[in-house]
Amino acid sequence: MIRLKSADIEKIKQIAQKTYPHECCGVMVGSVENGVKTVTELIPAENQRTDSPANRYLITPDLLNELEKKLKGTDRAIVGFFHSHPDVPARPSTYDQDHAWPWYSYVIVSVSRGQAGEVHNWKLRDDRSAFDAEKMELV
Amino acid sequence: MSATIFIPTPLRPFTGDQESLELEGSTVGEVLRNLAEQYGDLKKHLFDEEGKLRNFVNIYVNDEDIRYLDREETAIQDKDTISIVPSIAGGAL
Repeated sequence: MIRLKSADIEKIKQIAQKTYPHECCGVMVGSVENGVKTVTELIPAENQRTDSPANRYLITPDLLNELEKKLKGTDRAIVGFFHSHPDVPARPSTYDQDHAWPWYSYVIVSVSRGQAGEVHNWKLRDDRSAFDAEKMELV
Repeated sequence: MSATIFIPTPLRPFTGDQESLELEGSTVGEVLRNLAEQYGDLKKHLFDEEGKLRNFVNIYVNDEDIRYLDREETAIQDKDTISIVPSIAGGAL
């Protein structure tokens, strides 16, 4: 399960609307206790897929490596990522599944004609066979 | 040769929550294959069906990306550190 503030969801929606018709992306940092991830910080990232930003996103390893170094020794970790699906439902695509990591939470927001709509959270199965909806609690 | 390999958070459930491991191997590829043999459930997250490293799996030796070294043939010296660093990719279609 992942726990986010309602304000975090609003922030993700705002970012997604601002980047429409391109995909937005970002990192969710937080704490983990008894399997529950609690998001404490959203870090928007620049979409590095400049060749196809309307239907692809990429967060580079350099950014994540630097962030991991900053978080090392703290009680916080990268717990997941968010991205938008312009004019497509907030469900993982085959491409999302092919490129996903286990354990992380993947929050997807759908943006239809520039207006952010449904937001869902997903987690890859350990055998990579599918994504499952992961419970998202708003606080 | 043996190297210390750092396991990223999403793969630690497959290594008994170990953050780092000491593994034998003379090249990066050998160390990674030893890792995948010892922790079999981790294999499909690192390698594709053809046994190639997945393109969103990035490997650093002492902070140097192996794409700028000899890739999986990069030689390992004793006490080298290997890091597995994710790229995060996806998209609507």
